[in-house]
Amino acid sequence: MSFIPAPISRFFHRTASPPHFYALANRFIPWLTVLFLLLLIPGLYGGLIMAPTDYQQGDSYRIIYIHVPAAWMSLFIYVLMAVMGGIALIWRMKLAEVMLISSAPIGAGFTFIALVTGSLWGKPMWGTWWVWDARLTSELILLFLYLGVISLHGAIEDKRNAARAVSILALVGVVNIPIIHYSVEWWNTLHQGPTVSKMDKPSIHISMLIPLLLMAVAFKVYYAIALLQAAKLELLKRESSAQWVKNLLEKTV
Amino acid sequence: MTLGSFLDMGGYAFYVWTSYGITTAVLLFNLLAPIVQRKQLLRQLALKQKRPQ
Repeated sequence: MSFIPAPISRFFHRTASPPHFYALANRFIPWLTVLFLLLLIPGLYGGLIMAPTDYQQGDSYRIIYIHVPAAWMSLFIYVLMAVMGGIALIWRMKLAEVMLISSAPIGAGFTFIALVTGSLWGKPMWGTWWVWDARLTSELILLFLYLGVISLHGAIEDKRNAARAVSILALVGVVNIPIIHYSVEWWNTLHQGPTVSKMDKPSIHISMLIPLLLMAVAFKVYYAIALLQAAKLELLKRESSAQWVKNLLEKTV
Repeated sequence: MTLGSFLDMGGYAFYVWTSYGITTAVLLFNLLAPIVQRKQLLRQLALKQKRPQ
């Protein structure tokens, strides 16, 4: 790491040290919760009440306000896990290992939400709960990748070894991400193509787009909060005999 | 808009509200489970620390 200037390296190591991170998480969680509610409430109000009824899909399209942000999160979290896996393998950084494994259940949750809400939207609009088209199948594989990370981590007793195995799995599985993203263009799928990411001319009206973006950012902030909570638990489990945990216990009891 | 028509979601009430309900349940679970487990772990560790002294 000699190419990183010493003060930056010191700052990085200090922030990533378990007791410092634990205290930092406690400071950030209340603010993130306020920010989450400030995004969620107008997002839901805009999506469920203000946005007009779709002329083709009626009110069933309102599932979009959770389906699309959840699907975005399912990809975003997996990519972050692969990055954490890379950092964990190269620098053996403990905090990266903790962030990686703490992200997995949250990512699995978002993938599950994307699949279930997609199914509940597909039934009235396509006439079927499920088809084996490229988009749906690759998203289902993503769910199995998340579950694979969780069970692989649980199966290996030594947590440093477990983290190494999980990092490799996360990195290998990342090939699925572009497949999911481009599946609607590469194959002829029942699932529609992108409407929002064509930023030059999104084919969605502004009154429908704004709540969607609010919900997308709200889900990102939710991820930050849930990740910090999960990481605090994982750090305590790993460091239960460390001095900083003993100090923490004396303060709370 | 009346409350009734809002809840009816133009006839798609089952699909829309099931989606929102399941989403809420999953997100709440992933948020609360680590908090509950952390409190249990802290209680256990505190007991262990007191015992030998």
